[in-house]
Amino acid sequence: MSVQAGEQARGSQRKGVSLRFSQEGIVFLLTMLMFVGFSILLPNFLTSGNVIALMRSVSVLGMLALGMSLVVIGRGVDLTMVSTLVVGVVWAVKMANDGMPFGQALFYGGLLVAGFGMVVGLIVAFAEIPPIFTTLAMAPVIFGIGNPFLFKQDTHNAPQGVTWLNELGFGASFGIPNTILVFAAVALVMHLILRYTRFGRSIYAMGDNPAAARLSGLPVRPITVAQYMMTALVAYLVGIVILGSNSGINSRLAYTTLVYDVLLVVVLGGIGLSGGRGGVRNVIVGTLFVGTLLSGMTILNLSLTAQNFIKSLVMLLALIADTVANPRDEQTSQQGDI
Amino acid sequence: MKLKHLMAGALALASVAGGVAAQQELSNASRDSYLSAVEGKRVVYIPMSMTTDLVLTWNAFLQRQADELGYTVDVRDPNWSAEAGARALTQAIGEKPDLIVLQNPDVQAYARLIQRATKAGIKIIQLNMESLTQSDAYVGADWYGVGHTAGEAIAARCSADGASSNKVAVVTGVPTAPVDLFQMSGFRAALEEAGGGIEIVSEQSAGYDPSKARAITSSVLQQNPDLCAVFGIWDGQDAGIGAAVKEAGMAEQVFVVSSGGGAQTSCDRVADGSFDMFIEYDARMQGQALNTLVASMLQSGREAGSEKIVYYGPNYVVTKDSLTPASCFTVDEDQ
Repeated sequence: MSVQAGEQARGSQRKGVSLRFSQEGIVFLLTMLMFVGFSILLPNFLTSGNVIALMRSVSVLGMLALGMSLVVIGRGVDLTMVSTLVVGVVWAVKMANDGMPFGQALFYGGLLVAGFGMVVGLIVAFAEIPPIFTTLAMAPVIFGIGNPFLFKQDTHNAPQGVTWLNELGFGASFGIPNTILVFAAVALVMHLILRYTRFGRSIYAMGDNPAAARLSGLPVRPITVAQYMMTALVAYLVGIVILGSNSGINSRLAYTTLVYDVLLVVVLGGIGLSGGRGGVRNVIVGTLFVGTLLSGMTILNLSLTAQNFIKSLVMLLALIADTVANPRDEQTSQQGDI
Repeated sequence: MKLKHLMAGALALASVAGGVAAQQELSNASRDSYLSAVEGKRVVYIPMSMTTDLVLTWNAFLQRQADELGYTVDVRDPNWSAEAGARALTQAIGEKPDLIVLQNPDVQAYARLIQRATKAGIKIIQLNMESLTQSDAYVGADWYGVGHTAGEAIAARCSADGASSNKVAVVTGVPTAPVDLFQMSGFRAALEEAGGGIEIVSEQSAGYDPSKARAITSSVLQQNPDLCAVFGIWDGQDAGIGAAVKEAGMAEQVFVVSSGGGAQTSCDRVADGSFDMFIEYDARMQGQALNTLVASMLQSGREAGSEKIVYYGPNYVVTKDSLTPASCFTVDEDQ
């Protein structure tokens, strides 16, 4: 690392410490401003019910963003998350509705999903195709394996009589919906992995400088494969939450722009797409921001086009802020990086 | 006397026998000409995506009749992409089949191509979504009617004495989709006819995603705890509406209306109380009507575009009280 790059890294580190000037801090402040604004303008915004509903609505997005952040920190990106989620869960549900015990069906679905993650990871790690192209290409491949080979119809109802699934989607513990608690648990586990395990620290090292990570003896390729497998499994878990929440799942989800909303949360929170920076706290801040924005826009009854416009504008601003806050590292960046 | 009876009996018998013989001959002749008129012909089927209950059901009907009568139905699946559909249609026009069965993704996408096909002498049946360009036939749901039925039911319920309020929320799919627009205009007209006492407090689009529908509905319920009813535009998405209402513990108060082609998954939701009212444009009936049209188009020697037939299938309402095992159907995925 050159002296200049070192200074840059220290500079951004300093920014990270003082909350006020980091992107995360700015977004957090904006969230607070928006929250206060909506609370004053919209009479029923600041009720515990609405705040819980707001958090509940964005937990799915937040969990997906946690999964995504794992690869983004390692200087990757995974656009297959939603396809993986849909194919794994729909297949499991179909098997369960055809008579297999639900637990067993979920296990097979999990194996399939881990397999998808492994294939993506192997291509990124060994064929060294940039992750954005790999996953962009793999998303339709994965969905194409699901439909027509594993299922054909788009609407699938959850199997009847699975109490825990119903609890997951509709139940609450200590007055907090279980979905939010699952989000909190995933966030905690992810935080522990990223901060306190050798695996987690290696991801940061790889994201910061892949070449240096490899030269210093880190098993870069196996870690990459493990990353994509974990992301796939997080997506699968989110799929099960969606299944519980709507008592069913629709494979059309794979055609939505959900995965870009997930990226929006990740980038907004301040996890740079150039890798090696950020953590669980950033994802939570990003999730809160998007949640507040969506809830407010729904209550204001803005049209879909207006909402998409505002969302895209925010995404664009976040990307600009990201480029300014985390400039591309000329020493380590390569063709195909995002 | 006896003889007279006998005579009459014999005469009657003879006339019946003669009638039967004549009828047999007659029906054979028409059957032969029917079969020879359709046999070996080629139909190209371009739906929106071979995943929805509607499309799969229509396909099952089309294929069954084709097998019975000895013509072929080729499926070109554009998988939700209007561009892919346009390519498939362009290619189909080049191949000159006897008939194209087409589901428009919107009113514009295939308008010009339909004109071109008609000029090339290929007949087109449009399914469930009309294009700006009319072709030989349209068969499908009466979208305006679906919205109107929903509007009437909601107006009746929310202006009644026991209603929690006159507030209604609407969850659409994509606001520019004609299916949504037609349903909404029928819905608004029905509210208007009922005296205009109903207030639409929220009209949001969920983009056909049940999770989004759930998030929107729970926000709206927070904002309007006295909400009377929610109208959803498509059953696959509206599962989320039912879930949000259920979670809020307001299933008794909030009246949820949805519509769809009648797959069993939706009747299950009526049974478990997620939907209070389900307006069904029965895909089986549409499939039958489609087959009748296909058979008649293949037989007819008329020029393409010389006549424009429209058939709207009937909508009927499924509620918990009217629900029977035959209300919905299970799609046979292997067909």
